[in-house]
Amino acid sequence: MRDPENASMKKLTIIAALLLAVLGCKPNETTTTTTNAATGATIQINGAGATFPYPIYSKWFDEYHTSHPNVQINYQSIGSGGGIKQLSAETVFFGATDGPMNDEQLKNAPAPILHFPTVLGGVVPIYNIPGVTSQLRFSGPTLANIYLGRITKWNDAAIAKENPGVSLPATDIAVVHRSDGSGTTYIFCDFLSKTSPDYKAKVGVNTSVSWPVGVGAKGNEGVTGLVQQTPGAIGYVELIYALQNKIPFAAVQNKSGAFITASLDSVTAAAAGVAMPDDFRVSITDSDAKDAYPIASFTWMLLYQSPKDKERAKILVDFLKWALTDGQKDATALHYAPLPKSVVDKELQAIAKIQL
Amino acid sequence: MTSLRRRIVSRAAEIFCAFSVLVALLPLAFILFYVIKEGIGAMNLAFFTQMPKPVGEAGGGMANAIVGTLILIGLAALFAVPVGVICGIHLSEYPKSKFSTMARFAADVLNGVPSIVIGIFAYGIAVLPVKRFSAIAGGIALGILMLPIVIRTTEELLRLVPAGLREGALALGASRSRAIFSVILPAALPGILTGILVALARVAGETAPLLFTSFNNRFWTTNLGQPIASLTVQVFTYAISPYEDWHRQAWAGAFLLVMMILALSMIARFAVRRLERMNRP
Amino acid sequence: MRRGDDRWFRIGTGAFAALVLLVVAGIGFELTRQSLLSIEKFGFGFWKGRVWDPVSGDFGALPFIWGTLYSAILALLLSTPIALGIAVFISELSPRALRQPLAYLTELLAAIPSIVYGLWGIFVLVPIIRKLEVMLGAKPALGVGMLSAAVILAIMVVPLTSSVAREILKNVPSTQREAAYALGATRWEAIKVAIGFGRTGIIGAVMLGFGRALGETMAVTMVIGNNPQITASLFKPQYTMAAVIANEFTEAADELYLHALIEIGLLLFIITIAINLLSRLLVRKVTA
Repeated sequence: MRDPENASMKKLTIIAALLLAVLGCKPNETTTTTTNAATGATIQINGAGATFPYPIYSKWFDEYHTSHPNVQINYQSIGSGGGIKQLSAETVFFGATDGPMNDEQLKNAPAPILHFPTVLGGVVPIYNIPGVTSQLRFSGPTLANIYLGRITKWNDAAIAKENPGVSLPATDIAVVHRSDGSGTTYIFCDFLSKTSPDYKAKVGVNTSVSWPVGVGAKGNEGVTGLVQQTPGAIGYVELIYALQNKIPFAAVQNKSGAFITASLDSVTAAAAGVAMPDDFRVSITDSDAKDAYPIASFTWMLLYQSPKDKERAKILVDFLKWALTDGQKDATALHYAPLPKSVVDKELQAIAKIQL
Repeated sequence: MTSLRRRIVSRAAEIFCAFSVLVALLPLAFILFYVIKEGIGAMNLAFFTQMPKPVGEAGGGMANAIVGTLILIGLAALFAVPVGVICGIHLSEYPKSKFSTMARFAADVLNGVPSIVIGIFAYGIAVLPVKRFSAIAGGIALGILMLPIVIRTTEELLRLVPAGLREGALALGASRSRAIFSVILPAALPGILTGILVALARVAGETAPLLFTSFNNRFWTTNLGQPIASLTVQVFTYAISPYEDWHRQAWAGAFLLVMMILALSMIARFAVRRLERMNRP
Repeated sequence: MRRGDDRWFRIGTGAFAALVLLVVAGIGFELTRQSLLSIEKFGFGFWKGRVWDPVSGDFGALPFIWGTLYSAILALLLSTPIALGIAVFISELSPRALRQPLAYLTELLAAIPSIVYGLWGIFVLVPIIRKLEVMLGAKPALGVGMLSAAVILAIMVVPLTSSVAREILKNVPSTQREAAYALGATRWEAIKVAIGFGRTGIIGAVMLGFGRALGETMAVTMVIGNNPQITASLFKPQYTMAAVIANEFTEAADELYLHALIEIGLLLFIITIAINLLSRLLVRKVTA
């Protein structure tokens, strides 16, 4: 006679054994390490924030993990707004943002938070206009008017004036912006507000704004994806996203009147000569410098001045020091501009402020 | 002798009904076709054995997300099965009491709550107080989603157990709890297991509540107190990105997800029926 | 002795049932508690407010309510005839052998997770809708928008509505149909009698689908365009309550912003409960 209980018990043990086998084994990582380092158990540090620097942060964390196999820095790019929020809620250990925290946000945080610039980057206007292959140029006011919904067709007089010789179609402009709280938005709106008083009045500067027109996409990734797929679209993303996905992006007119294409040189020029305050919160959009790219910005890592978890704090400080020195050489390959030496020196001094 | 007009109307209606079946099956075929075509093409060994690569680099896989999903539904079952089954027992034993009516009402309410609202709740009780995203918080959210299905299945199946079985047990002197746990519950077990598997299949595909509970994790982890990757969140992240390679992996992830869910439902249908047959003396 | 044991049994199992009550009450309580700031600041004006501006701290939920209701109602209009057609076909018209497989296939639609619908939506449906928009002269032809959302929701809702409707039709006593045939009815007229008999339940089935469409998150947020505007245009991007919560929850940096989002969640909670309960009442009336 069959014994149903035994049979189901057997099934259960088989399933349990399978689960244990799955959980117990650890597959090959993309790097060559497969075992926990002899130095100790794996320690995971969670961070979240900006999508702007995500490509270089993910490279850095990967490299750091290779050289320190027991350290896993898990970074989720949920947008600068998310980085600020989750850090203030203490659900992550560090944050990342390209829109520096304002005084009110700092005041509302449970403890003092420090800003540390990590790289320089540029926000570029990307577009997808069938038939247009040459690089377009925009002035700040024109971009502002597109995002205010006042310029609605690609062959509008304002755009044509700035792009002589380019045959622009009568296609409608499909405006794409961010749907999540974004430092990239902050930088973009910062520039537009400086060059267009109307934009400043109607929209303003923040990580999340009330958009007069357009479609929202999530993250730099989402905006790039949507512009890629929508003929007639315009969007704004960090330079590397445009380059990695081979999307055309426009040159932007700077304060000196020249139309500058975002590049390592032009982004570095934007930071040159800017007085860096002690808390490192500074805006370098619409820079005075002649060759500067006007929509450039620092991006910051956010840390508590007095973290409760000293072990993780030590590791993160070590990482930061590495990122500010050796890590900077990864920047150029990914089209971010490395930090000026004066800024790095100032930061290394400021790191001492973190109470370990 | 029905009029011609009425017969035509009747025919037309019948054709419309047959047509609607086709209309419904069309997107199903369409979706499955795409998922299978893109998904199978996208799968390789790396997909199952590797972790994600840094942004922009091709390759890598979803090993951590696959295990993450399994861990999450395991946690969900850990919470929902004991609570749901025992609650179902209570509802079937005392079906008319005021308390049972309220509890049944609560389970019905829970069934209709959108998963994102459950996510907000789980964030409030399992993430904020301990100040961290974790697999456990994700498991709690999914467990709450599973609960109504388990409760309802248990209650209905226990009621279906022939009264003779219960009366026999009680006549032999068994207390209520003995009767339930030793006789009635085992008899209903195959059906209850089906319900659990169906509920698991349902929550394995959930994304929204995980966005702010289990969050996401680039690395391999089995630490339940840390954020964990999941197939659904990973597919979402990759789908809205611009990277071709990520799109490919998203389809692979979607394919795996659909296969997992189908497998769970099939096991629910067939393997459990075999258990049923084995149970009968 | 047995009495005592039974009492422990009742209390013991009852405790678990109480847990369920606690969870539901907890959800309602948490949602309310975490939206107090927004409730206090905006009061009832929140539901009429059209502006969603995190910069100035002005929040109004009307665009999301609009988007949610509009997309759900459109989805109902598209899905109900199909779902009922399927239910009628499977329960009344199809050959017996086809019944199980057809039923199984429609259930399969329900098994596909929301995220997979979203994935398919982005890469397959949206380009198709975009081509449609170009043909119809909509400007700009985005593809993402209310129409894409409504179509995806309709596909997702069909299996639910049709399976409940099928149950209802199964429960209609055969005497009803037989009487109709006896009076000389055509096939369709007999079916109409059955539908009429079970109409309360069928309305309940439709409402269940409606409730599902209201709360759907992932598939919608991937194809609706995420723009909080109130417009009747099918081609313009819009926003739903569930979608805005999914997009903005992890980053609502100040308390008021977060509370406003959770207040939207509270409304979603209340609406879906109300619809679901109403629909179950209607369905139970006919099947109990």
